[in-house]
Amino acid sequence: MTWVLIALLVVPLVGALVVTFLRKDDTKAKLVALAFSLVELVLAGLLWFAYDPDGDRIQLAAGVDWIPAFGVRLSFGIDGIALVMIAVIALLIPLVIGAGWTEKLPAGRSQGGYLALILVQEAVTVAVFAATDVFLFYVLFEVMLIPMYFLIGGYGGARRQYAAVKFFLYSFLGGLIMLASAIGAYAMASDELGKGTFDWATLVTVVRDADSTTQTWLFLGFFLAFAIKAPLVPFHTWLPDAAAEAPIGVTVIVVGILDKVGTFGMLRYLLPMFPEASKNLAPFVLVLAVAGVLYGSLLATGQRDMKRFLAYVSIAHFGFIALGIFSFTSQAGVGSVSYMLNHSISTGMLILVIGMVIARGGSSQISDYGGMSKVAPLLAGMLLLSGLTTLSLPGTNSFVSEFLVLIGSFPTQPVHTILATVGMVLAALYVLWLYQRMMTGPLRGDALVAAAAGPGAVGDPEKKTAIGDLDKREIAVLAPLVVIVLALGFYPQPVLDVITPTVGATLTEVGVTDPVTVQEGK
Amino acid sequence: MTEPVAASGIASLAWLLLALPAFGAAVLLVGGKRTDKWGHLLGCATILGAFGYGLALFFDTLGQSGERTSELFLFNWIDVNALKIDFALRLDPLSLTFVLLITGVGALIHIYSVGYMAHEEGRRKFFAYLNLFVAAMLLLVLGNGFVTLYFGWEGVGLASYLLIGWYQYKPEAASAAKKAFLMNRVGDLGLAIAIFMMFNRLGTTDYTEVFARVSEFSSGEVLAITLLLLLGACGKSGQFPLQAWLPDAMAGPTPVSALIHAATMVTAGVYLIARSNPLYNLSEDGRLVVMIIGAVTLLIGCIIGCAYDDFKKVLAYSTVSQIGYMILAVGLGPIGYALGIMHLLTHGFFKAGLFLGAGSVMHGMNDEGNIRRMGGLAKYLPITFVTWTLGYLALIGIPPFSGYFSKDAIIAAAFGAEGWRGYVFGGVALLGAALTAFYMTRLLILVFLGKPRWKELKSEDGREYHPHESPLTMTIPMIILAVGSVGAGWWFASGGRLAGWLEPSLGELKESHGVLSHGMVGILTVVLSLVGAGLAFLLFGRGKQPVEAPLRVSFPVRAARADLYGNALNEALFARPGTWLTRALVFLDLKGVDGLVNGTAALLGGSSGRLRRLQTGFVRSYALSMLLGSIFVLGALLVVRFS
Repeated sequence: MTWVLIALLVVPLVGALVVTFLRKDDTKAKLVALAFSLVELVLAGLLWFAYDPDGDRIQLAAGVDWIPAFGVRLSFGIDGIALVMIAVIALLIPLVIGAGWTEKLPAGRSQGGYLALILVQEAVTVAVFAATDVFLFYVLFEVMLIPMYFLIGGYGGARRQYAAVKFFLYSFLGGLIMLASAIGAYAMASDELGKGTFDWATLVTVVRDADSTTQTWLFLGFFLAFAIKAPLVPFHTWLPDAAAEAPIGVTVIVVGILDKVGTFGMLRYLLPMFPEASKNLAPFVLVLAVAGVLYGSLLATGQRDMKRFLAYVSIAHFGFIALGIFSFTSQAGVGSVSYMLNHSISTGMLILVIGMVIARGGSSQISDYGGMSKVAPLLAGMLLLSGLTTLSLPGTNSFVSEFLVLIGSFPTQPVHTILATVGMVLAALYVLWLYQRMMTGPLRGDALVAAAAGPGAVGDPEKKTAIGDLDKREIAVLAPLVVIVLALGFYPQPVLDVITPTVGATLTEVGVTDPVTVQEGK
Repeated sequence: MTEPVAASGIASLAWLLLALPAFGAAVLLVGGKRTDKWGHLLGCATILGAFGYGLALFFDTLGQSGERTSELFLFNWIDVNALKIDFALRLDPLSLTFVLLITGVGALIHIYSVGYMAHEEGRRKFFAYLNLFVAAMLLLVLGNGFVTLYFGWEGVGLASYLLIGWYQYKPEAASAAKKAFLMNRVGDLGLAIAIFMMFNRLGTTDYTEVFARVSEFSSGEVLAITLLLLLGACGKSGQFPLQAWLPDAMAGPTPVSALIHAATMVTAGVYLIARSNPLYNLSEDGRLVVMIIGAVTLLIGCIIGCAYDDFKKVLAYSTVSQIGYMILAVGLGPIGYALGIMHLLTHGFFKAGLFLGAGSVMHGMNDEGNIRRMGGLAKYLPITFVTWTLGYLALIGIPPFSGYFSKDAIIAAAFGAEGWRGYVFGGVALLGAALTAFYMTRLLILVFLGKPRWKELKSEDGREYHPHESPLTMTIPMIILAVGSVGAGWWFASGGRLAGWLEPSLGELKESHGVLSHGMVGILTVVLSLVGAGLAFLLFGRGKQPVEAPLRVSFPVRAARADLYGNALNEALFARPGTWLTRALVFLDLKGVDGLVNGTAALLGGSSGRLRRLQTGFVRSYALSMLLGSIFVLGALLVVRFS
């Protein structure tokens, strides 16, 4: 079944190539891009079944030599964490394409070009999660920035250039420092083994025994790259700008997917390669994590722009994820990985819904809306549901992950956990306040008032200026997410079963055991 | 706490209790407008079905001997190594009692709502939310551990949020809904941390195991857990210091106030403490705090209840106060758990009835809620008047009505607390009874008796008042609840019937021997209640009552009208500092953190301008990044080589 993984890397690239030839015909470009993204989704489904949760650490591995002189290989493979991330990318891309179906691009830009970039982004991101060669990972980590740079810079809002450059520089700089650390690890391997290699599995066995000073330096190089990507406070300021300026579908990719590479990197690279440094520096990371939860939450309540709001919500959520990773228990670790998955789904849904709001009102300012549930009750309901999963209400997917992170972190980090739990209250505040301002009370905002005033204007497809409720396309985009949000809230076990062994292996690599164990006789 | 057996026979269908209302909610929400015609009927049918099944299950369980405790496993919910949380139901006397209360009162209020909400657009959505509430509330009481309880706990919070905000085009309703959810989440924080502590020490959160192994906790942990659970209870049950949301919650439709904010959801805190009795039994200090919270809240509720002119808000503060009694009772420990539950049940009947009566009055009075604009309504709404009065007599504890048996027993038990506690808590409970009689009598007089004050007035929307009796769908539930208000207390209390039934869940109800004998307390309570009622008659029963509330009033009245400054305190302590902090952080993030980053970038780039200008100097900064990276590479290599 190795071909599935290879196909997952190739199919979006082929799709991108085909779509670039369709720059003249927007509709055809959209249909073709959607078709390729759906094929990718099917492949991801196959991948899910091909993966054996109790099998090898890295599965479906394949590779060829790339730069033999430095022992660099093009090698790919997945573990349980990479699997869920690849699956969620494959899930979100068709929805992003569907949600942007009627979106107007800046003048002179074609759907063909835009969608080609989206598909390239998909391929590269899948590759980042699947890479098993550290140098390859670094290269992809940087290459990932290129389509995104053009997506933000070419198709974004008024300050798109600023946002694109800021995004690029930030991540690129972090990546370079990571490269330095990777080369350091390579050098160690060549000392130990007589020949250099970037193979992840080999490097893990070599580097993990390095003395603590070396580990600390190498750790910091990787950590900075991941902390920027994730993003952790205070390395977060690129995200609000990128999220605010990017077109809505790209915001889904930036906030919903790309930043997971940071926390994925922590789990795949930091913990197994530098176990001592990870343990020694955990207190420092945990402070950043909890600061992120509280800082992100408070800032989210203070935002006036919906897209910046989304960015700060995500910063708070990444605080939870980092807390779970560096608490070193299996429950917290599984919680963090499922949080990565669920954050993509929940925040992805929230962003898509907000995109639908913006498509109607033409503004991303919260104050330009009010009482919208009157003219678009279904849209209001969807905003509420995506908000409820964002605030981790039981019965939705996010509750499972947030609960696991917190209950798993408490035994090793009680103080941090209690502080982070306060984030739960703040989440209720920022979500419900947003809903209250936009959806309840009297009608507010020029577009809304005009829509409500016109006779028969509400939901009338003939009147383009009218604000209607969700149409069939929008329902089709959101319906799968609603189902997944509830299904993973009530029955998360299939996902947890995939994640648990990989997290267990990672913690074994760190050399820690759970403080709370199964009681005898039970 | 007893070891459960696996559910069998009729009990193996207990999932229906959750599935029926949840199915109703799902159909109504997904079906949308297509279900407008029959949505309310489906809502009623599913709850009636659940009630019917609940009754069958109850009688089946009653027919068993022994511990009458079983568990029904449904599926693995969250299972990660040592953490195993099943989605499973615990069927025991305590949970079955609640099942009957929730589905029984729930069914009556569903039926009432058919009439009450008849003219509302989107009535089916209202029924969907009510169904959602019933499903979540049943999960809360049926869950076999603290996490499934938490699931239901937050689920009822959501339903409450949706229903308080039903008239969401009114800003005050939207605000009240958000306030309720937020204050509840503050309480949930306590519940969540208590759960973390249980897992940390025992590796489990199921009732059976936690309660069997409470001895493994240190005494400090037990105290912490009992206080954290109490925080959760305070949030959900509107107890001090988290009481402020409950009166605001009256912005929701009246059936919601009756079902959620009087009879069922707000009593969940009492359920939580009674259910956790093995923990509270271990901590004298924890129980003392519970009693203090209960006593303080019951007084706060009474005092504020005396000052309000809004029909539903007076009843809301009365609820706050009566739940204070229940919390006081469960805080008493083994001499009080069953009494708290008994008062919870009788209160469920008479307070739901009182609210439905209030709804019926307001329904006939153009949705007017100000009691100063009422008066003399008894002859216009005879059925409402009679049923309401029966509920009133039950609430103020006149024998032989329900409240006499349940509240009186709590007061007597409070006198039975050890040492000084007996005097203090008994005294407070007694004082509360007098105040309750006072404010309820005031309500009775101003609404139903005296001269009509509404004849010359018009309601806010400019219509004249034409009070009229409500339709049968509304009066029949009121009549049924009135029957409960009359007879339930005696029936529960006689021969220790209820306490005996609850014994497998709550332990044996211990006799209390107080500084005053039970008979003495009974006489005192009735006398004081009559004094309170008489005082109200003297003050409000004679002469003409003003239509506008007098403005020149004494300090206590002013304080009570301002909710004893609870909201002002919240505002000053949390809301305003929070807003300032947030503003400061937003500024800091923009100018400070980001400014620092941009400034550094600009500085390093050798450009005096902002990062924005770097577009032109892009290559240069690219090169600079490369340089920095290379320096780091060299540094790292040196470290590797020489260390």
